[in-house]
Amino acid sequence: MTGLLPLFDKELREQWRTKRLLVVLIVFAVFGIASPLLARYTPELIRALASDALASVIPPPTTADAVDQFLKNVGQTGVLAAILLAMGSVALDKERGIAALFLTKPASRAAYLLAKLIAIGLTLLIGTVAATLAGYGYTTWLFEALPIGGYLAMGLLLFLQLMVYATLTFLGSTLARSSLVAAAFGIAVLAVVAVVGALPGIGPYTPGGLSAAGRSLALGTPPEMLIGPLLVNVMLVVVVFVVAWLAFRRQEL
Amino acid sequence: MPPLAPDQPAVTAIACEGLTKRFGSVLALDHLDLRVPEGIVFGFLGPNGAGKTTALRLLTGLAHPTAGQAKIAGIPTVHGEPNRRGLIGYLDQDPRFPTWMTGRELLEVVGRLYGMRDAELRQRVDETLELVGLSDAARRRIGGYSGGMRQRLGLGQAVLNRPPVLLLDEPVSALDPEGRHDVLTTIRQLAGGSTVLFSTHILADAERICDRVAILDHGRLLTDAPVGELLERYAQPVYRIEPDARHLDQLPSLAEALRDVPGVTEVLDAFGELRVLTDDPAQAGPALLAALAARRIGLVAFERLRPNLEDVFLRLTGRDAERAA
Repeated sequence: MTGLLPLFDKELREQWRTKRLLVVLIVFAVFGIASPLLARYTPELIRALASDALASVIPPPTTADAVDQFLKNVGQTGVLAAILLAMGSVALDKERGIAALFLTKPASRAAYLLAKLIAIGLTLLIGTVAATLAGYGYTTWLFEALPIGGYLAMGLLLFLQLMVYATLTFLGSTLARSSLVAAAFGIAVLAVVAVVGALPGIGPYTPGGLSAAGRSLALGTPPEMLIGPLLVNVMLVVVVFVVAWLAFRRQEL
Repeated sequence: MPPLAPDQPAVTAIACEGLTKRFGSVLALDHLDLRVPEGIVFGFLGPNGAGKTTALRLLTGLAHPTAGQAKIAGIPTVHGEPNRRGLIGYLDQDPRFPTWMTGRELLEVVGRLYGMRDAELRQRVDETLELVGLSDAARRRIGGYSGGMRQRLGLGQAVLNRPPVLLLDEPVSALDPEGRHDVLTTIRQLAGGSTVLFSTHILADAERICDRVAILDHGRLLTDAPVGELLERYAQPVYRIEPDARHLDQLPSLAEALRDVPGVTEVLDAFGELRVLTDDPAQAGPALLAALAARRIGLVAFERLRPNLEDVFLRLTGRDAERAA
């Protein structure tokens, strides 16, 4: 893995200097804060605006609503961020000749790809941790204290989910010569995963299926399935990365 | 370094054996056989589209040959192994860099890839910035650099680790005359320590700094020889005749008449002057002057030009015939 550390250092600096890390951090934190707020006050808002008959059927907000809001908001925003971060990472470098610049130095192609993917992963991890801590704090303040270990485990499962989408888009970016094609690849994968996720028996093993396990852990209840989906998604990240490397290894730049 | 002599076998730094590259129906490089001895400045000449960049990309391992192979210091280039061993420095013809970085940061990353650390890294980066004239702009973002500054930075990152082989693709094409002079001088200074293979279509540059040149056209190697030998072998002596303004309208008839002068092989009408090629300058010179005097042609200039690489190039590629036609 020749050249991994200098390339990783460069990628990490790029995440910071191009403000990607900062934007991800802020956006994730905002959604982390907003999710329990929305869960807490949306019913009250509707009740205040709706007729008495309608208001009487709106149930009072619960901690589970706050967790659901969090998974929905941070999950959707996170997937978008994962696709945006990964789509141009390799394709743009190839297009601009920057890949050729570094790969004519003592740097292996595996190191070049891994440095990029780790930097993207770290950015998503920092964003997810910020969202999780903010979400936990506001959920505790507005509802009740949930088990911190379970809530953090939910955050980690959410991060794994985002990494699957980031790695799949990264594969697209490695195969394509344009970041737009890579983005289309990521969105197509998102659609396919959504369809596959609806299939009985397979759904829990898809990235979206990790949300159900995360929800249970956050609420302090044992998840129906955890180890299987966890391993499948970790393997998916590894296998997709290896496929990207195999494709990139022989590419002309 | 003096030209290769039969009794002085030099170590080969760069070798191409039947190197071929095809893009669909286009044959970009056609069975290139080349040996570049260690320590010289080797010019890779040819018009745009001749196959120079393709050959350099094959040498860096960025592209893969359709047939044949290339070696740097005896190591096949196809999987980029010479790059991983730090054997080559490469400058692209249109060098691009991450625009958010500063020039210094870029060189630091490159230096770390070559295993440099701390004081050695700082010293080498400072020396390189000084060498390419970017010390003052070292802390500026590359996004704000001019084309010339990017090309200098490109040269800097290529020479940072003092590689045994330097592959430079049109290294002075974006530079102003002063910058060009500086960079060519730097390249000349690197000879000995490094083997420099540099491509250009500016023949005067090659003539100025190269020990040996290869001329490519349409993907084929036309010749490969020391500069002096090429000039001797291919460049015909040329007389330049510039009539005064009163006789400019007589140029076509004058050209026709001078073709019959003994020793003259060709007369080219070249925008207000005549270029007379000869295979016997001792005979042709006086005869030309006599012919001009007989026709009472007033002259601004009559001189024998030193043959240059351009003449060789035009002759080898057949473009002098095209130009004459």
